[in-house]
Amino acid sequence: MAEQKRYGNRSPRPGGGGRRQFFRRKKVCRFCTEKIDDINYKNTSLIGQFISARGKILPRRLTGTCSRHQRKLTVAVKRARNIAMLPFATRA
Amino acid sequence: MAREYEMMFILQPDLAEEETEKIIGQATEWVTSSGGEVVEVEKIGIRKLAYRIDGHRDGFYVLIRLQAEGDTVKQIERRLKVTDPIIKFISVRVDEELKKLAKIKKIREKRDARRKARARPPATAEAG
Repeated sequence: MAEQKRYGNRSPRPGGGGRRQFFRRKKVCRFCTEKIDDINYKNTSLIGQFISARGKILPRRLTGTCSRHQRKLTVAVKRARNIAMLPFATRA
Repeated sequence: MAREYEMMFILQPDLAEEETEKIIGQATEWVTSSGGEVVEVEKIGIRKLAYRIDGHRDGFYVLIRLQAEGDTVKQIERRLKVTDPIIKFISVRVDEELKKLAKIKKIREKRDARRKARARPPATAEAG
């Protein structure tokens, strides 16, 4: 998978566009690179890194997770919230 | 065909020790009496809750892994609901997930073995 540099403004316009805002390295899915298959609702340390300070699930465009692992992640977060291991919302 | 489930429940932290033991014993007894089989009981102990549940800030977490039929789990859930000291519980079916994980591991091992096999022959060639 060629290392493709994403333009800052999300949609790489043809012709490269004069005012290039900033380059951002393509984010890679952490679960794929570290070969974590078991996204378990119990290990809150792992899934805790994918929720915001307010307890909300971070979107894929920020974390770079692939869709397969993001789906598993949301299930795990919701189960962890149900068993009070993760907050529903925090008044951060 | 028995399925593998994981049931985790939270007990009130201010419960007397033998009271907690009694309830965990009761839960395992529910499983075995209705044809299920307890694989593992894990007392995780008192942990801080992420949000207050009817007045409690901490809870005594217990995890039970069991093999049982679907309706056995349904009965257990009904009983967990009516047991007062249990403030929250969750039951998760894990056998499909375990199968998937095993399959992925096998595929990965096969790939590594093949990769190692590919990497090794050149070494032996030089040695010869």
